[in-house]
Amino acid sequence: MARHVVATVTEIPPGARKLLTVAGREIGVFNIGGEYFALLNRCPHQGGALCKGPLVGLVTSREPGRFDYSRRGEMLKCPWHGWEYDVRTGQSWCDPDDVKVRLYKVSVEPGEAVARGPFVAETFAVSVEQDYIVVEV
Amino acid sequence: MKGVTPGGIDCDVHPAVPGMAALLPYLDDYWREQVVTRGIDGLGLASFPPGIAANGRADWRPPKGLPGGDLEMLRAQALGAFGTKAAICNPLYGVQALHNPHFATALARAMNDWMAAEWLDREPRLRASIVIAPQDPEQAVAEIDRRASDRRFVQVLLLAMGETLLGKRVHWPIYAAAERHGLPIGIHAGSTAHHATTGNGWPSYYIEDYAAQAQAFQAQLLSLVHEGVFVKYPGLTVVLIESGFTWLPGFMWRANKTWRGVRAEVPWVDRPPAELIRDHVRVTLQPTDAPPDAASLEKVIDQIGSDRMLLFSTDYPHWHFEGMKAFPAGFPAGLKQRVLVDNPLATYPRLKETLQ
Ligand code: FES
Repeated sequence: MARHVVATVTEIPPGARKLLTVAGREIGVFNIGGEYFALLNRCPHQGGALCKGPLVGLVTSREPGRFDYSRRGEMLKCPWHGWEYDVRTGQSWCDPDDVKVRLYKVSVEPGEAVARGPFVAETFAVSVEQDYIVVEV
Repeated sequence: MKGVTPGGIDCDVHPAVPGMAALLPYLDDYWREQVVTRGIDGLGLASFPPGIAANGRADWRPPKGLPGGDLEMLRAQALGAFGTKAAICNPLYGVQALHNPHFATALARAMNDWMAAEWLDREPRLRASIVIAPQDPEQAVAEIDRRASDRRFVQVLLLAMGETLLGKRVHWPIYAAAERHGLPIGIHAGSTAHHATTGNGWPSYYIEDYAAQAQAFQAQLLSLVHEGVFVKYPGLTVVLIESGFTWLPGFMWRANKTWRGVRAEVPWVDRPPAELIRDHVRVTLQPTDAPPDAASLEKVIDQIGSDRMLLFSTDYPHWHFEGMKAFPAGFPAGLKQRVLVDNPLATYPRLKETLQ
């Protein structure tokens, strides 16, 4: 397991995502209201490119005909068959205990720390003025 | 107790209304005069032509009159021969198909009075479903409320194909009343013929009409689950009667699969549809659309995923099996007692009151 520098924080503003390949794995990095989450771009159902799906809200209901909408943009809907996943936990809505997408640890590190290492940052020229998103893979 | 399935509870037998004349004493003056002056001699559902062999087993047909019309025969053949402890009567007479809701309401009421006086009073092993006219839900609720004090009425009867899908809110007052009185909703095969019996218009032949009943039941289950009936009325049980049950596994798999992808459309369905079906839906045994090899039947029953859903029934006098073989070949022996007694008692709270 190594810590990979994947983006500058300005590259992924709230609501945005970046898809990249880290250590041979396709990963999507999401910014949800200033917090970053990294998910494997592979739906546990049948392998759809989950991280390319739309971000939607959480829909629940207290009674038939009533729609309780919350957490806008925090659920990821698989583009293949529409299963929903919580970006924060990787859990599927329909079967949260058994169907989960792999989640990776993300942190934000200042440029100085990144410059000092040990980080994997093949594709980056690290500058000390910037903050960086680091994913552990 | 003697018989081939002693102590069992038969959840579907069919006493026949012999004709309108039998109901006249139970109609009020206005409707009695209407029936007589308009020459209405009898009703029937096109789904159950009495001449079709399946609607009356040869050895269960009385010498005169309709199959199921004779109490003595029913006593001997449906109750005595099987050793049945209690049997639930589901009279089918076409009341649900009338376009005049007031006439339908009056007839439903008359049928229930007729049932109580001519069958239940004379044979203590019999129980019955409350016939209602869903054409007028308010009056249907009134009839349920009126009947509910007679504990021999153990369920409310609806047809598999009526005006509109059964999950729609127009029916909810009926479900509220049923839940309030501890009455399951029995959905019996049959169509009012107000709509075509397939999703693509009228078929040409009886065989299509008959086999397509399973699709109608599927549509009703999808409607009940996804409109949220079981969420709104968590105490409600629905019994599918004469629906067959071996189609359930594939149907439930399909429902679950689809729900996972589009469940946000119906967020009140917060569990897989098959779970709601296993919790709230029961199914009568006959007719069994059994696989050709007896050994596969156990597998199918296993795939249903619950040993609580099946309820014993002979469907007397309908013809689905020979002799006394109400349990089809290959039916798991270990499940029989549950299907004969435990499941019916758990399904019908009113049976439990008097039988245990
Ligand atoms: S592959 Fe993602 S929902 Fe099927």
